[in-house]
Amino acid sequence: MPELPPLPTISQLVFTGFALFTCASALGVVLARNLFHGALALVATLFGVAGLYVMLEAEFLAVSQVLVYVGAIATLITFAIMLTRSMMYGKTSPLNRQWGKTGLFAVMIFLALYGFVGSIPWADSAPAVLADESMIAALGVEFVTNYVVAFEVMGLLLLVALVGAVMLARDNN
Amino acid sequence: MAIDYLPLLIMIVLGAGFGALVLILPAILGPKETNSQKLEPYESGIIPFSDARRRFPVKYYLVAMLFLIFDIEVIFLYPWAAVLRDLRVFALVAMAPFLLVLLVGFIYEWKKGALKWGE
Repeated sequence: MPELPPLPTISQLVFTGFALFTCASALGVVLARNLFHGALALVATLFGVAGLYVMLEAEFLAVSQVLVYVGAIATLITFAIMLTRSMMYGKTSPLNRQWGKTGLFAVMIFLALYGFVGSIPWADSAPAVLADESMIAALGVEFVTNYVVAFEVMGLLLLVALVGAVMLARDNN
Repeated sequence: MAIDYLPLLIMIVLGAGFGALVLILPAILGPKETNSQKLEPYESGIIPFSDARRRFPVKYYLVAMLFLIFDIEVIFLYPWAAVLRDLRVFALVAMAPFLLVLLVGFIYEWKKGALKWGE
């Protein structure tokens, strides 16, 4: 990678735009008085993260993010709100009795992560990134060779989630 | 490269811009007149019979959860399908337990009647 130019490049501007969008909608998630608006802001946040992934050249991750998080998880959260009686009525306060402690913890976690990320010796030059098609092919090879056990275990995890969902949502009779 | 996704970005900007435009322009240019007909959710549609903000049946949750699980399965099939021709039987054998486990789940939910909406 060449050394950074003094002026921000177009891609840096776009990245900053996505980052600001993500932060703004993340704030919307925690500050919305109507929980449903919070859920919609969460969808925007997840979409912004997908944009960040594209800017970081993690295309497969970005596609997965849109399909799984923006598509499925967002639907699930929306339905979960629709299923909950008290959440469909009226406005709720974004603050509760524990907001002070939670805020303190959030700041502490941020500082810990900040120190951790700052202490890592990041490589100055990026390794050669594979082209799109060969990257996905390499991912496929890794799934069935190095990570095959983790892959099968994940299938089991999905099965447990499926059975759990059917058990939870089954009729009482 | 991120530059390959420039058309996508232009599409997003155009889409968001057009959406904002058709919301803002009528508010500025359109006549402002309200009556009870205008406040209906659908013009010439079914007359609303109750508040939409009520609890929904738990079946919606089940559908969303099943969609999520098989959505993840498809995501993982995609890179595998890209190398299936090169790895041949090996890739099939490696994928078989994963697919079988989820097939068991599929049969389970089918037998439990989770795919049936009505009674």
